[in-house]
Amino acid sequence: MMAAGLEQYLTVAAILFTIGIFGILVNRKNVIVILMSVELMLLAVNINLVAFSAHLDDLMGQVFSMLVLTVAAAEAAIGLAILVSFYRNRKSIAIDDIDRLKG
Amino acid sequence: MVAALFFWMFAAVMLVSALMVISLRNPVHAALFLILAFFNGAGLFLLAGAEFLAMLLVIVYVGAVMVLFLFVVMMLDIDYSEMRASMAAYMPTGLFVALVLLVELGMVFFSWVSSPQALKLRAAPAPNDLTNTEALGRILYTDNVFYFQLAGLVLLVAMVGAIVLSLHHRANVRRQDPGEQSARKREEAYELVDVKPGQGL
Repeated sequence: MMAAGLEQYLTVAAILFTIGIFGILVNRKNVIVILMSVELMLLAVNINLVAFSAHLDDLMGQVFSMLVLTVAAAEAAIGLAILVSFYRNRKSIAIDDIDRLKG
Repeated sequence: MVAALFFWMFAAVMLVSALMVISLRNPVHAALFLILAFFNGAGLFLLAGAEFLAMLLVIVYVGAVMVLFLFVVMMLDIDYSEMRASMAAYMPTGLFVALVLLVELGMVFFSWVSSPQALKLRAAPAPNDLTNTEALGRILYTDNVFYFQLAGLVLLVAMVGAIVLSLHHRANVRRQDPGEQSARKREEAYELVDVKPGQGL
């Protein structure tokens, strides 16, 4: 059923997840790239779910992956809406400027 | 072993474009490389036999989410070059955390064994005589209808939230108020003036 083994899929997903974490830590100023890194991490999670689903021949993993996809789409929409309304107030989206709750 | 070749091709292109996403200076290019990463992720799904999810990834992500990203990136007038200036400052911390995470994931990976009972505990074993899409549909709308409804609710809340967050009323733009319109009475809307001939108002 699977072209490559479970191990290969898990390795690729682990590397992708690490790239996502690395992207969040390195791009500390740019919210848009941070959101993109979160999307990359969610893709890695989905790859894991699908790989296990194919390995065990169990469709439940794919159903759950669909749920993750829905949440990721909702997260992107809300995140970008927050970004747009923040830009309207501050004319900037740099993370250093997001300190209004500091008081 | 054409399939294995394709697996490594998809995986390599996906990982390289993921690296480009986090390192490119221009966020439009980053979004385009993210599209490439998702395309190749869909290829990996296809190789694993999850055809429906692969198409879902292409349609929902490339078609909707990434276009949303591109819209926002192009809509906001930001100087991105200064944002990347501090990248070198965070590089040691980032590399350290990423390395530790990768080593830990590797440790889990090498000491991990599949339980012999795992095959008996499957929640929804894939039927052999159905396509992936049909099999998914059969369990999604019957056994897992709760998750389906939950996903719909999440999308509804996200939609309402996005509209509430991004809708704003400009002060000097006249807007229609349907409530005020229908609450209007005949007496306050017009008056009859008896104009005498030759006098004017």
